[in-house]
Amino acid sequence: MGLTDADRGRAQEIIARYPHPKSALLPLLHLAQDRDGWVTPDAMVEIAALLDLTPALVLGVCSFYSMLKREPVGRLVVSVCTNVSCMVNGGSDLFEELRARYAADPDVLVEEVECIAHCDRAPAFQINYDFHGPADADGAAGVIGQYQRGDLVARTISGTSPAAVP
Amino acid sequence: MADADGAHETRIVTEFLRARPDDSWTMEAARTHNRAYQSLEQAFAMGRPAIVEAVTASVLRGKGGAGFGTGQKWSFLPKDSFPRYLCVNGDEGEPCTFKDHMLIERDPHQLLEGIIISAYAVETELAFVYVRGEFALGAERIGQAIRDAYAQGYLGKNILGSGFNLDVVLHRGAGCYIAGDETGLLSSLEGERAMPRIKPPFPAAQGVYAAPTIVNNVETISTVPHIVRRGADWYNSMGGGKSTGTRIFSVSGHVERPGNYEVELHNTTFRDLIFGLAGGVRDGRSVKFFVPGGASSPWLVPEHLDAPLDMDYVQGELKSMLGSGAVMVFDETTDPLLIAWRLAKFFAHESCGKCTPCREGSGWIEKVLYRMSHGQGRPEDLDLLLSFGNNIVPGLNAPFAQTTICALGPSTMSPVVSLDRWFRDEITERMRRDEERRDTLDVVPA
Ligand SMILES: Cc1cc2nc3c(=O)[nH]c(=O)nc-3n(C[C@H](O)[C@H](O)[C@H](O)COP(=O)(O)O)c2cc1C
Repeated sequence: MGLTDADRGRAQEIIARYPHPKSALLPLLHLAQDRDGWVTPDAMVEIAALLDLTPALVLGVCSFYSMLKREPVGRLVVSVCTNVSCMVNGGSDLFEELRARYAADPDVLVEEVECIAHCDRAPAFQINYDFHGPADADGAAGVIGQYQRGDLVARTISGTSPAAVP
Repeated sequence: MADADGAHETRIVTEFLRARPDDSWTMEAARTHNRAYQSLEQAFAMGRPAIVEAVTASVLRGKGGAGFGTGQKWSFLPKDSFPRYLCVNGDEGEPCTFKDHMLIERDPHQLLEGIIISAYAVETELAFVYVRGEFALGAERIGQAIRDAYAQGYLGKNILGSGFNLDVVLHRGAGCYIAGDETGLLSSLEGERAMPRIKPPFPAAQGVYAAPTIVNNVETISTVPHIVRRGADWYNSMGGGKSTGTRIFSVSGHVERPGNYEVELHNTTFRDLIFGLAGGVRDGRSVKFFVPGGASSPWLVPEHLDAPLDMDYVQGELKSMLGSGAVMVFDETTDPLLIAWRLAKFFAHESCGKCTPCREGSGWIEKVLYRMSHGQGRPEDLDLLLSFGNNIVPGLNAPFAQTTICALGPSTMSPVVSLDRWFRDEITERMRRDEERRDTLDVVPA
């Protein structure tokens, strides 16, 4: 997908914040993901051109960070923590059950994540980086349903508030 | 807040966010109901050397994990070398640490005030706040706080007529633990993979863009305005030895009331924290072991419950560390092998791959711990793990020696060393039984 003029303006604004343009790489990857729902190969090429980098370098950085998705993942990313405090409070079961439940739903990606710093709400999970928990699988599915119906407004899969996406 | 046992919180950086749970993050509330930005004038009047002196005299030590003296770190900046930068570390990835995102989300103005004073003290005009990518709300709140601070003249040119200029840039991470290491953070901020860099040169000499850079944790920086306002003597009146003031401890696991508790260092014990404040172990059970300072710290057992929350005591006497302040409590039903395996899996997943001992070692440790915790272990496995470990941490004595660029490599050994220290007999016996049981099976389970 080509960059719109608005995207370019926004990109220039981001680049201008930093003493060196390359620092804008992560913010621009987030921006692309906000726009397209994942980081497309075209977006990486565009970002490379904006920052005067090679597309290979952009891919190399992109592939290092777990929030940046290099294939379409649907509208909702459910990140379930299974690190130790969540594990001893049912996090692993929550992950397995949710994964099975949404295995055939192209709109919901259930992923296992490392500690997301909400151990006081174990087992904790995020939906597009909004925090939830503690919950069992039925409880979590209830929350996912609220986002699917639009009762709760989902952030982008980069965690940006939709109001902040141009 | 005193508990029956006498355990109590001493709220400094958490005072306001606890007092106003519904709006503590707004400029309006922070200014009307707290003293937000009021120590700026005082700081500008004191001047740079006096601020650095106060911070140094307060024995303020980094609250991100390493416990390094903040004033001392600031003093390492080479004179007359500009530009310089300040980077605030809000990556908070150490398992079971959940204090920094609370400070970012619920008291961003306290953090900003700390940033302005610290930036002024170390003479930089550009500060970065690196916020872990997953903290969407935190990024939103600190982003808004930054915009509001510009609007009120607390940021930008000639702040409050002081002649001091400061820009603050919010930089969101994108998911990786290693960006929390200070040099990994610098790489990430420069648009690279978040791979740590060899030290020296330390960031204070050559950090982001090869310029002198101070990296400090969110809680450390949030403490600075309080020290400026109330003085080093006040800070040192809490705690003792070289563990003065307070720290926030994130208590989780099998406790009745998991949460963040800000307590005086040195004069508080693990028992106060776990039993007095967090309500003790659930369902009338008892503590089997606890992890005192994040996944990277070696584990402790019930005989250590009365030890003080003193950084030097825990390191010197208990061969562990207070690290990031994450206290994980596990009851007697917990399988220590399963906990060790899950932590090993974390380290293997998060190893950036730059140093061979860590990249290879973390994966092998995870594999062996997996089989040990899933009925496939062998009696000699614990020694096998220790032999891997000796290649990552020669000598295996805490504090760990390093064969890797950052501390992630050595940290992989904390769970293993802990198993060996506290559960060797239990594990060896179990591995023997598992092996016997397997010998009676026709098919080896997958
Ligand atoms: C693997 C690794 C991860 C780390 N993660 C964090 C982190 O998430 N937050 C943090 O403040 N410090 C973290 N640190 C410690 C930093 O390297 C650094 O010591 C700290 O940010 C300095 O700030 P302080 O002196 O105020 O504590 C980490 C260190 C290592 C080796």
